[in-house]
Amino acid sequence: MNKKLVIGLTAAMAMGAMGAANVMAEDLIYVGIINNDPSESGYRDANDRDLKATFCEENGYEADFFYSMDNDEQQSAAKQMIQDGVDYLLLSAAGTAGWEGVLQDAADNEVGVILFDRVIDADESMYAASIVSDMAKEGDTAVEWLAAQGLEEYNIIHIQGHMGSAAQIGRSAAVDKAVEENDNWNIVAQQTADWDGEQAQQIVQAAIDAGDSFNVIYAENDGMAKGAADALDKANISHGVDGDVIIMGFDCNTWALEELLAGNWNYDGQCNPFQSSYIDEVIQKLEAGEEIEEKTIIMDEKGFDAATITEEDVATYGI
Amino acid sequence: MNKQKKSFVSELLHNQMIIPIAAILLLVIFNLISDPSFFAIKLTHNNLGNPILSGNLISVIDFGSELAILAIGMTLVTAASGGQDISVGAGVAIAGSLIFKILRGNENTPAELHAPIILAFLAACLAGMACGAFNGVLVAIFKIQPMVATLILFTAGRSIASWINMNANIVINDQTFAIFGGFIPGIPVPTPVFIAILCIIVAFLVLKFTNLGLYTQAVGINESSSRLNGLNTTLIKWVTFVILGLCVAVVSLIKVSRTGQLNYNGIAKNIEMDAILAVALGGNALSGGKFNLGASILGAYAIQFLTTTLLKLKISSEALPAYKAVVVILLVVISAPTVREKLSRMANKMKSKKS
Repeated sequence: MNKKLVIGLTAAMAMGAMGAANVMAEDLIYVGIINNDPSESGYRDANDRDLKATFCEENGYEADFFYSMDNDEQQSAAKQMIQDGVDYLLLSAAGTAGWEGVLQDAADNEVGVILFDRVIDADESMYAASIVSDMAKEGDTAVEWLAAQGLEEYNIIHIQGHMGSAAQIGRSAAVDKAVEENDNWNIVAQQTADWDGEQAQQIVQAAIDAGDSFNVIYAENDGMAKGAADALDKANISHGVDGDVIIMGFDCNTWALEELLAGNWNYDGQCNPFQSSYIDEVIQKLEAGEEIEEKTIIMDEKGFDAATITEEDVATYGI
Repeated sequence: MNKQKKSFVSELLHNQMIIPIAAILLLVIFNLISDPSFFAIKLTHNNLGNPILSGNLISVIDFGSELAILAIGMTLVTAASGGQDISVGAGVAIAGSLIFKILRGNENTPAELHAPIILAFLAACLAGMACGAFNGVLVAIFKIQPMVATLILFTAGRSIASWINMNANIVINDQTFAIFGGFIPGIPVPTPVFIAILCIIVAFLVLKFTNLGLYTQAVGINESSSRLNGLNTTLIKWVTFVILGLCVAVVSLIKVSRTGQLNYNGIAKNIEMDAILAVALGGNALSGGKFNLGASILGAYAIQFLTTTLLKLKISSEALPAYKAVVVILLVVISAPTVREKLSRMANKMKSKKS
């Protein structure tokens, strides 16, 4: 008897809870977020934290998250989310190919698809918006800054990221172009360190051992810039503001911006991981029945100069 | 007289050491021809005013340390189990992540260390040995092929490493911590060189004064006959994996100390492949059995010599792997037992024809 009562009560409570959840879900916008694994990089981690902070109940959202660096896994999760009845599917695809089925599913179920960070091979009509970084622009911004330093000669050690990645291609292109166009810009060494600081250290060490003279280190991420700086320290070559060698990095890690603040480095280019405000804006527009005119939205990205960076910048833009 | 000569040549070709030594000699000759300044060594001072030696040769023995240490463990694993551990790089990530976890307290860029380095290192040793023990259990007890067994940690290890620190982006700029991957103040030789030498000495002492080497070879050559002779083959195989785990821990300390940062997905990337290559270059049969530790270690330095040479030549990033592949294919083919057998037979024939 007693037992039955307990079971009955529990059931009633469960029903009540479900009812409450249903009521709440009606007010909330239900989004399914498919992202790469946060362990991929500091960038991804900051990106994930930003999404979680925006797409929460206080802001009127209910969010399901799924992480994978595997395209197939992402696609089956996407289909599952569409079946679960999400209103919007936010997608940072691991690979560019094979998303037609998911997009068709989404269209059939009137789910709005918003791409962030990564693009996919699909017609623009199949998604609502695409919010991306322009890596080539990041490179251009950095190279423009470098050109504005007015050095007599630019002898550059160019440390590249993982070859073929979007960030590497974009950030390398700007340097290659500047070296081709200007007679006083030379490449001393141009090699990949696969985003790894220690390999970057080896590359710079090899240049020092060879007795090369150089005055710029253009590293395509912060970790590699740090590895390069360590090699310079070892050889007692001064770097940073008023130093012999200009050090440039990318990604705006908090510790890297602190190096800028201390004058040990000269420049750090942002790769903006904070897409959620842009996504939020798109969703609000769609909810209000407005059209998204320009589907590809390129985010603002800054470049920080050691001479002008402030504590506030470090706190705001550091990841 | 003739007979003596014959045996000398074939002995030379049969000596495992000859292959990595030949590889290093080849690289030395190549560099002598292309640019003799490659061998210049300078005594300079770093930004802290401490004396340091620098030069390509120093870079080879410095950056080759990690590989040499791993070659020790990998040789033993190969000899005992007849397979290779491909989770080494992931293991380095896990152990390195643990070192940072203990040293950083809860800050991402700690101004001072929150625990003694020795404590962090001991924890890393335990973590490394635990990884090795896990692999060892799969291989020795469950009889899973080593490459498949270690595939588990190879796949999951780097996620575990990032999970340990909740993905934090950590940088440790501490002068004491930097010693292990840099220089001891006042001593101009890089610390990793000393660590590697210490590991090599310990390994040789262990092999000399214990039965580990003999037992390992026995298990690798014929497992069932070793068991019938009263050897605990399971234990011996397992122990080799644990030893490799210890090597991994030592390497992780050097690696994270070098630049004071940790890239969960990038640290020690593909180092397992270089370690396996070092074993192969040392002329050791990858199917297990007899091994020569010294040859593996020399093989490790030969690989670093190649890397440094390629860096010195400033070969473009796109072409670098291709260059490395060509050299590696050459070296491995030459060091293959069948090829050496043929070569020594040819040498003998030529000798006998002459006489």
